[in-house]
Formats: sequence, structure tokens, C-alpha cells
Amino acid sequence: MKAIAMHSTPMARTQAHWLWLAPLVLLIALLAGTAIGETSIPVDTILKVLANHLLGANYAVDRIDAGIIWNYRLSRAIVAACCGAALALAGVVLQALLRNPLADPYLMGISAGASTGAVAVTVAGLGAGAFTLSAGAFAGAGLAFGLVVLLAHAASSGTGGGRSNQAAGAIILAGIAGSQLFNALTAFIITKSASAEQARGIMFWLLGNLSGVRWSDVAIAFPAALGGLLICLWHRRALDAFTFGADSAASMGISVRPTRGLLIIAVALVTAIMVSIVGAIGFVGLVIPHAMRFIVGTQHTRLVPASALAGAVFLIGSDILSRTLVPGQVLPIGVITSLIGAPAFALILVRGTRTR
Amino acid sequence: MKLTAEQLGWSVHGRTLLEDVFLDVAPGQTFGLIGPNGSGKTTLLRLLAGLNKPKKGHVRIDGQPLAKMRQRHIAQSVALVEQQAETTDRIYVREVVALGRTPFLSALRPWSTHDDAIVDQALDDVDMTHMAGRLWHTLSGGERQRVHIARALAQQPKILLLDEPTNHLDIRHQLSILELVRQLPITVVISLHDLNQAMECDRIGVMDGGRLIASGQPHDVLTAQRLQETFGVHAHVLDDPIDGKRIMRFRSAI
Repeated sequence: MKAIAMHSTPMARTQAHWLWLAPLVLLIALLAGTAIGETSIPVDTILKVLANHLLGANYAVDRIDAGIIWNYRLSRAIVAACCGAALALAGVVLQALLRNPLADPYLMGISAGASTGAVAVTVAGLGAGAFTLSAGAFAGAGLAFGLVVLLAHAASSGTGGGRSNQAAGAIILAGIAGSQLFNALTAFIITKSASAEQARGIMFWLLGNLSGVRWSDVAIAFPAALGGLLICLWHRRALDAFTFGADSAASMGISVRPTRGLLIIAVALVTAIMVSIVGAIGFVGLVIPHAMRFIVGTQHTRLVPASALAGAVFLIGSDILSRTLVPGQVLPIGVITSLIGAPAFALILVRGTRTR
Repeated sequence: MKLTAEQLGWSVHGRTLLEDVFLDVAPGQTFGLIGPNGSGKTTLLRLLAGLNKPKKGHVRIDGQPLAKMRQRHIAQSVALVEQQAETTDRIYVREVVALGRTPFLSALRPWSTHDDAIVDQALDDVDMTHMAGRLWHTLSGGERQRVHIARALAQQPKILLLDEPTNHLDIRHQLSILELVRQLPITVVISLHDLNQAMECDRIGVMDGGRLIASGQPHDVLTAQRLQETFGVHAHVLDDPIDGKRIMRFRSAI
């Protein structure tokens, strides 16, 4: 126990260790995500296709294999990684700032708003075909988040801007109110105008769906995830300082309102982007941060990169399972994340508490 | 550092919690803050730490108004030990103390061996070195309080504000913390419930109903009449035959 505890200096060493390992693990996961599927493709074929595209090499590869690898599986695996990393980071940030272990990326009404936006476009026909489902979802998520923030602001300024810990409670309650409102709106639109077929489609999308993902989605998801990671890393000490609440953070020199505002808006934006691409994949943002706290500790210098990596690898793995578990059918990825994640987390929880 | 407050006022929901407080603590002085529950001690300490911006008046350190300073800049001079700061995180004692270095660290100024030395010293000051590897939730209330004090000391503050730091502590650690605080060559404002302990401060101030109703040398302020009027107790003031110090004996509530 002592060895773990004395990390102020050995931390630098563990850190270097991680930095070497992280890209390697991620690379292996991406390769696995590309290789495994209904038709298994050997790794050397994948490497040849990658060499053809990235290095301008000219290996002879089956055209169908090449198409599956480059246009379908690789882009899908990369988006899964970005999405997993972003959701896990959003969970880390919200749990740290709001001091609530149940905080997850959808706390601020984002998934509820996204689903309302999605059904408004697809079912109710809002915008008369000018918007895609993704654009509708993003707009809905933004609207819901804005409403939740306004509500939280109104509720916490009622306390005279006093004890900042109360503001965290106000955000959580405002998020619950906002989510309920938008969930009700979604249900209202679906029951009023959707056919059973449409309702099923929406249901499927809400549980997470990576099927339609292409390179254009990578171009949005990757910068969003990277931006989220950099912002979290930059504020890692501020996140640590919130360990004993907002007042304690302020007494250690953190400007609570601007810092908390920036971080919450950043993770909300990144989450909204991911939800608009792949739907509301649950569990990752709630549980990966907790699992990583058991493994690497509570300091955000390690927790932030570890959670991003674990979220990315976990979602690539879940995507592989969702495509292969039932032959000929793709399961919603959200079903897999919860089915695999819940027992895995239970194991970590039990073993983690027993060993210390 | 010199700590002053002028005409300080604070209110919540139109209810005045602090009114017209003037305070002047000389550099290096230990100033004891006493008063019944709800008299405004915690509110005053929060304003002095810059956690709340005063609705009226100013807090100044070395003549500079806190309201115009950045939070980080304030924290490089002023540290606060709150009454109840808790966490459910599985954090180690040493990590908690290391948080005290936050105002001095940045992307350009990473953790160094210098910071390690400061954390070691802070742990030693509160007699917690042997518990550096313990998890927070395994500590008793008194041990947690000592860790919080170490965390504040790791800020190497020039002004240290403590809100009833001796609550939860056993008598040995009460005395050792008070002894430590008095010997620190920095300005200290400490709120206390034990009036006999307050007698050991350089100066004390009495809070009642959000006002600082008296301040000065302990034995000038803590008279039998004051104890009766403000604290609602009948008390004698006695002289200890061993060292001649004044002690109070509280006989009954009014």
C-alpha cells in the first residue's frame, strides 16, 4: 500500500510507462476492430491496405476486402475509439466537478435533447428534409443543455451566489428536470406521429448505432475527442483541486465559476457531437472513470489519459461484439456496453474494495 | 502580511449575516475569533479568504483589496482550513496535502522535488508523516482535520485562516495544533469555541449577531460581564497558581 501511496515522485515514472503503452494498446484495438467481423480479414491484408492508403504503396489486395477495411471498418473503429474516449472524459469531468459519483455525460439533458431533436427531424418532419438526423440530434442536445444551464443558473443565483457547493446540486437537479422534459417531448412526438417501424428505428438509434459511420464522421469525431482530451489535461490540477468541493478548490486558487463553466460546456459540446453521430451510448461515461480510479488512483494527471484510453478500447471491443455476437444481426452497441460493462465493473468494485 | 477589513458586510436572501466589521491583524499576529453559534465567524473567514466577495466594504492584504486579485494570486498568500471539507474519493493522505501546492503549479511549473520537501514538512508539522500512505476514508475526524491543516501549510501561506480547527481533536492534538499555529511566523486568524484556548491568542475578537462587538487583548475582552452578555454563561475568572495564567470556569448557563 505504501508503494502506491508515495507517488508524488514515482508518478513521473508511471506516467512515462503509460505514455509508451497507450498508443500501442489503442493501435492493437483498432487493428482488431478492423480485422474482426462477419468476414474475418487477416492482419497482413489490413496492413497492406493501410500501406496503400497511407504510404502510397501498391500491394495487390482484393478490392472488396480493401473496401470493407478502408471505407467501413477502419472509420467505424476510429469513431468508436473517439466516442468512447470522449464519453469517458465527460464522465471524469462531471464526476469531479459536481462531486457526484452518479454524474454521467447525459446528466445535463444531452441525450434526452438529442433524441427529441432526432425524432423532430425524422418523425415529425421538422425542417422538411433540410436537416439530417445528426444535425437534428445536435441541435436538440444543444437546446436541452442551454435550458439546463439557464435553469441551474437561476436556481443557484437564488442562493445569493453563496456557497458554490450548492451550485453543483442545482446543476444536477436542473439536469434531471431538463431530461424529463425532453424525454416527455420525445415520447409525445413518437406516440403522436410515428409508425411502429419508425419508433423501432429511433429506439435502435438511441441505444447507439455505429453502422452508418464513414470518414466524414471521423473528421468531426476525432478533433472533438482530441480537443476534449487536451482541455481536460490542461485543467488536470484544477480537477484535482475539486476533491473537497468547490470552496476548497477556490481556497487553493481555482477560479471556480469560469473553470467549471468552461469544462462543463466543453464536455457537453463534445458529448453532443458524439451523440449526434452514434446515438446515446450508455454506461461508458458513468463507469469507465470509476473503474480507472480503482486502477490508477484519483489524480487526474493519470486518470484523464487512462480513462480516455480505456473508454476508446472498451467501445471498440463492444462494437466488435455487437457485430459478431448474433450472426447476421447487429446489436445496438449500448446493449453490449451495459451487458459486458456491468459485470466487469461489479468485479472491479468487489475486488477493489477487498484488496485495500 | 497585514490583514485588514473595513466596514465588511454580507447578506443572503436579504438576511444580514455580517455587518460593519472592522478588523486589523498585524503581521505575525495570532488573532482569535470567538462568539456563539451563528454569530458570523465562518462567514467572516470566508470573506477574508476571498471565497465570497463582500457585498459591502473591503478586505485588504498588505493594503491591496482582495476583490481585485485573481483567486490564484490570493491562494499564494492566504490559506483556509474549512470546518467540514469531505470527499468520497479514494485519495491518499499525501495526495491531499499535495493539493496545497496547486496555486504554485502550472503547465510551465510542474511538480518538483521542492514541492515534495514542502509536503514532507507539512505532514511532519501536524504529526501525520506515518499516515502519509493511508486512504482518506480510513482516517478519524481528528486525523482528517490535521491533514487539512497540513494541506493549508503546504500552501506556505503568509496568512492562515482556520475555522474551528480543534473540533474533533483529542486534547493532545488540540494543544499541539494551537502551539504550532501560534509559533508560525505568519498572520493567523483562528475561530475557536474553547474560550480558555482563545486566551492564548495575541488578540481576540468577539462576534455576536454578525458584528465584531469587541476586540483587543484576551483578558481585556473576556471579562465575566462579557461572558454573561454574549455567551450567556455565568463564569469566574481565576488565576492558575502554577503559572499565574488566567483561566475561566463556567458555572451555569443563564
